[in-house]
Amino acid sequence: MASFDVMPHIELYKPTELADALELADRLGPRGWLLGGGQDTYGWFKDRAKNAEAMIDLNGIEALHGIRETADGIEIGAATTLREIVRDPLLNERFAVLPAAAARVASPQIRNVGTLGGNLVQDTRCWYYRRGLACYRAGGNLCYADSPQGMNREHCVFGASRCVAVSPSDTATAMVALDATMVATSVDGERLIPAGRFFALPETHITRMTTLEPGEILTAVRLPARWAGKRFYFEKVADRDVWDFALVSIAAAFDLDGGNIGDARVVCGGVAAVPWRLREVERALRGRAPGADTGEAVAALATRGARPLNYNHFKLPLMENLVRRALREPA
Amino acid sequence: MNPRLSRRRFIKAVIASGAAAASKAGVAAVAQSRPAGVVERLVSLDVNGRTRRVDVMPQETLAYTLRYKLGLTGTKIGCNRGECGACTVMIDGVTNYSCSTLTHSVGTRAVLTVEGLQRPDGTLHPVQQAFIDELAPQCGFCTPGQVMSAVALLNENPRPSREEARQALSGNLCRCGAYDHYLNGVMRAAESES
Repeated sequence: MASFDVMPHIELYKPTELADALELADRLGPRGWLLGGGQDTYGWFKDRAKNAEAMIDLNGIEALHGIRETADGIEIGAATTLREIVRDPLLNERFAVLPAAAARVASPQIRNVGTLGGNLVQDTRCWYYRRGLACYRAGGNLCYADSPQGMNREHCVFGASRCVAVSPSDTATAMVALDATMVATSVDGERLIPAGRFFALPETHITRMTTLEPGEILTAVRLPARWAGKRFYFEKVADRDVWDFALVSIAAAFDLDGGNIGDARVVCGGVAAVPWRLREVERALRGRAPGADTGEAVAALATRGARPLNYNHFKLPLMENLVRRALREPA
Repeated sequence: MNPRLSRRRFIKAVIASGAAAASKAGVAAVAQSRPAGVVERLVSLDVNGRTRRVDVMPQETLAYTLRYKLGLTGTKIGCNRGECGACTVMIDGVTNYSCSTLTHSVGTRAVLTVEGLQRPDGTLHPVQQAFIDELAPQCGFCTPGQVMSAVALLNENPRPSREEARQALSGNLCRCGAYDHYLNGVMRAAESES
């Protein structure tokens, strides 16, 4: 397949009102392409691996920008850039796990333009799929990665169903750890989706990463005050510190009650097509004090039920060690 | 699946097909109604302090416009995928990969390329001069991007630590591996400016 330096002709809309964008998204449906920072868009078009009739640039819509305090927490417009999130004092004070995750996305230049919404709905990095091969995720009927010769070092260890691709988003893990609510808007109105149900496993939606329907736009995310100021941990392990996607990442939130952990959220990225909650770890943490001993006691639960592929067994000790570190490191 | 969406789509499809069967004029009217927000091709760009009128395709990247329509070939295209940083320019003082920026998305914001750094009398920007003094570039292909990242850093933080400079330049690859030389240049420029 040839790779070209320029994109084929694609119409471009720059609506300034959300209503116009929703009307366009509704009219174009799957023939339209929503544009945030565009960093996960132009490669598809340049490679001719995906096509669209028109791009709908959402950045000119004022209502999609900004970090606002609400009655129950903080609402972040989907077109808010990762740079803004990393630098926001309110988020750093109350929901530090999100700026920590956003700070590890790609490179400075990409964070300068990349949006929160775009980072959350970005497509998987499976190179067979990115190459434009007719795999399950592209509507075909085989998986190249999960084959005897498949190169699957970066692929999933949980939740495979025909497709073994993983969610590449760093901020998605933080959204699940914070019990965020995603606001999906269409011409028919708003739909509120808990972060835990926003991302989609291949068994339910094999050709997309989220439960957003064509015509719907992710307009905002809401972080509930419930998790504000709790103890957080984020770490991302990647081959390079810049650009590379997570081999495994962890986002954790611990609600400490008199020195012991009450409610906890421990979420791994890079191990499934969705941010993967380690529910057994969360349950086992209840009533224990954070620290190296607790980490040691619960680490093995992180990988229970994992099904590694030929080349990604290394993700299992990596997950367990990240759980240890999440509990060992001081807040 | 949101059931309201599919029902709505079904009803609209029925209406549209009915209109098409009833009247050819009706179809033409639909095709001509341009929705809000479609871009005009002729735009004015603020590049290096000058207003440049240019005809831009809807899907055109800023790197393409700068190099092939405005002749500003100081901005290099390396990977063309936002993975190397050679095409780094500043838009309103913030670094962007111009290969991964639509020209139409620039709007009225100010674009600064490596050509716009020197003073009118030809004096180089302190970062450029420091890079020469420290022999920072080796082959030089990534240099314009490294310069732009360094200038953006110093504009915001005139006395960065070496670690801060490392972070600021982390989105620019150098295949010669001259990273430390570039960092020496940034630190020298920071000293010379203060």
